[in-house]
Amino acid sequence: MAKMKPEELIKGLDYNPPSTSWMDLKADTSAGNWAYPGKPEIVKYLIGEGLPLANPREWVPSDEDWKLPPNWRDIIHQGFHERLEKYRSLKLFMDVCVRCGACADKCHYFIGSGDPKNMPVLRAELMRSIYRKDFTLAGKILTKLTGSRVMEEDVLKEWFIYFYQCTECRRCSLFCPYGIDTAEVTMMARELMHLVGLNINWILEPVANCNRTGNHLGIQPQAFKDIMDFMVDDIEEVTGVRVKAPLNEPGHEILFITPSGDAFADPGIFTFMGYLILFHYLDLDYTWSTYASEGGNFGLFTSSETMKKLNAKMYAEANRLGCKWILGGECGHMWRVINQYMDTMNGEIQGPQMTTPVNPITGTVFKNAAATKMVHITEFTADLIKHGKLKFDKSRNDHRRITFHDSCNPARGMGLLDEPREVIKACANHFFEMPSNTIREMTYCCAGGSGLNTDEIMDIRLRGGMPRGKALAHVQEKHDVNTLSCVCAIDRATLIPLSNYWAPGVQVSGVHELVGNALILEGEHERTMDLRQEPLKGFEDEV
Amino acid sequence: MTAMYSLVFVFLLVLIPLLGVGSAHLEFFFAVCVPTTAIIIFLAGFVYKIFKWTRSPVPFRIPTTGGQQQSLSWIKQNKWDNPSTGAQTFMRMLLEVFAFRSLFRNTKVQLNKETGVLGYASAKWLWLFAILFHYGFFIVAVRHMRLFTDPVPFFFTALEFGDGILQVGVPRLYLSDLLLVAGVSLLLVRRLWDARIRYISLFTDYFPLLLILGIALSGIYMRYFAKVDVVAIKAVTMGLVTFHYADLPFAQIGISFYVHVFLVSTLLVYFPFSKLMHLGGVFLSPTRNLPNDSRIKHHENPWNPAIKPHSYEAYEKDFGPAMHEAGLPVVDPANRGEEG
Repeated sequence: MAKMKPEELIKGLDYNPPSTSWMDLKADTSAGNWAYPGKPEIVKYLIGEGLPLANPREWVPSDEDWKLPPNWRDIIHQGFHERLEKYRSLKLFMDVCVRCGACADKCHYFIGSGDPKNMPVLRAELMRSIYRKDFTLAGKILTKLTGSRVMEEDVLKEWFIYFYQCTECRRCSLFCPYGIDTAEVTMMARELMHLVGLNINWILEPVANCNRTGNHLGIQPQAFKDIMDFMVDDIEEVTGVRVKAPLNEPGHEILFITPSGDAFADPGIFTFMGYLILFHYLDLDYTWSTYASEGGNFGLFTSSETMKKLNAKMYAEANRLGCKWILGGECGHMWRVINQYMDTMNGEIQGPQMTTPVNPITGTVFKNAAATKMVHITEFTADLIKHGKLKFDKSRNDHRRITFHDSCNPARGMGLLDEPREVIKACANHFFEMPSNTIREMTYCCAGGSGLNTDEIMDIRLRGGMPRGKALAHVQEKHDVNTLSCVCAIDRATLIPLSNYWAPGVQVSGVHELVGNALILEGEHERTMDLRQEPLKGFEDEV
Repeated sequence: MTAMYSLVFVFLLVLIPLLGVGSAHLEFFFAVCVPTTAIIIFLAGFVYKIFKWTRSPVPFRIPTTGGQQQSLSWIKQNKWDNPSTGAQTFMRMLLEVFAFRSLFRNTKVQLNKETGVLGYASAKWLWLFAILFHYGFFIVAVRHMRLFTDPVPFFFTALEFGDGILQVGVPRLYLSDLLLVAGVSLLLVRRLWDARIRYISLFTDYFPLLLILGIALSGIYMRYFAKVDVVAIKAVTMGLVTFHYADLPFAQIGISFYVHVFLVSTLLVYFPFSKLMHLGGVFLSPTRNLPNDSRIKHHENPWNPAIKPHSYEAYEKDFGPAMHEAGLPVVDPANRGEEG
């Protein structure tokens, strides 16, 4: 937890830049400003799996010597050149920024820290300054005057600090008149850093786990089954109904994949239970999988190669089990990958048995998923609700006064905005929106995605979470909101410390936890508690 | 400081034709050679830059989705901010290019340190200044086409008439001149005024603003104050575009014309190699000019690397026996303790 109280943090904020030019300011590499580097054995394992990482070693970012390979300048230059040739986005975004400053106060890290290098424009300039020097004529001649500089170790260290302090949330891109997307720049910077061995363990260990065990937490299949059995027991305790939980079973129509964070801890497990209840209610012809037990794609934070390798498992497993289409759970960056990358990267490995998804209960054809064959759970549930296929007792969510947090990736990389709201409003009576400048496409990041969901960098996370936290505190005060719902597993992990700090008393919940609470199962006993085994309204004394 | 450098640099640029024509009498050089070369560099540079960008592929569709996606039939799609077809994307680009729609969204964060309230205020000033400037510049540039066409097409005369409709003074005052000077000055003042914008500003941010201001002011000076011989100028400009350079009336034109032309030439040469190329770049931005349809139809990545997932067989090799013991189905009979 942060050393500072929220009031102190706010008092200390200064949005005015320092007098020193940013080029003359070194990055602060002291502990607390960075997440731990990747463990050498994990880097070695991933290199062995054919991924573009390098230079496994023990190193500490606060040390002077980062143990870079001797030819690191050439590697970075060559890697930069390659990526300029591979991505028009990078080339364009290096050239067309006019530094109008429209993005400056749109980044949650800038708002929470006041650090000018967190202004998206300047974050990208950290890379543009090298681009100009290395790849443009004017930059070669006029140097500092035109904002170009030579690649030095200090610049690389600055990249490490600031490009891991970007959550690729794309909020700046929404406001940029040319659509310059800092997420693209950040992704490229990270790819370059990986080539010389600058990486963080919070990303690489999950990548290694996803690759080998199927999920980022490294849960082995037998343990995954244990967890599911445990949840089935809990559901029986709450509802009196023993739900089906098919796992790794071939021959079903639908494969269901959700982020494994939901199998791991509060409050994700309640969302996991919500899925189980819904699918049991529908008697859905589906299966879970342990091999593809991770929806979240930590490759998005690493490199496009890693993203492709991890994503491919979804199709590989659908093919192996003979599933016709895939239903995807509540996850943020998983859906950006599915919407914008999946078919382009892995469409060719889709088996011939896969078809455009059709809701077996309502007959709705999901034409918007004709290529990927993947449907978002809130699209699926909203469709069921519209067709009157779900019977809810909304009062079972009456102890919750709910607001909704749009996760950056489904919001700005997909446009999934109304579907979750439709679901929440159908199964709960008290729903309140946060201020309009902080939701939907203008939503604020949870400050933990893309590589910061780790305790060693908690101060920075809490700062970055300030805009979201403030908006939450606003509805808490105004409408007595006590539940922040979301459709992302990283949110369910990161928003808890955030709300404890900025809006104490607000709980975090997935949307399908609310569905699971409200759904009236056939043969259930009278419910007196919710999936958290906390008393429902009116049953406070009985539990 | 960088703003001062830029100002000095623009003054130096003004001095060159003043000396070149005023003292050295290089009228032909400054009226014909310089602008012709500049136009060639501008066109070639512009094409080269666009070519250079388009040579790199767009492997992935990454539009920023600024509204509701195309989803279930009863959920209203935000077609202009989250387009799923070419026509919708065209509308999005149209609004982007002609109305600066993304910039129109701009807000300003305000933190009240006493109450701890984080608020958002509408901040459309940048949008307004940018619109004034760009439309002012556009109309001025198009209006100049009457100097390069004979007979002058109806469109240009109509624009000129509309532009001068206020009929203030002789010669008539053009509204676009006011727009341009106001727009560029406001953008400049904003850049100098706002500490944050000043902090991120480079020489290359001040220079084009000051250069364009110089162009506008020199143009206004020659038209309204020096009252240069427009008939002579038209003779020269028509000579330029028809490649007939003999007997052009250089001497009848005041020196302010040469300053104006030289500054414009500088801008043309500078344009393709600077941030001003956002004019071409905005059309190519992959976060804006692509429909959000990669879940709907297949797109090809030209360099898609051959990467395979960690296979199920390898997975079962690691965990097979334990899976079998836990009651999970396994494929390899050996994992069930049976002979293969």
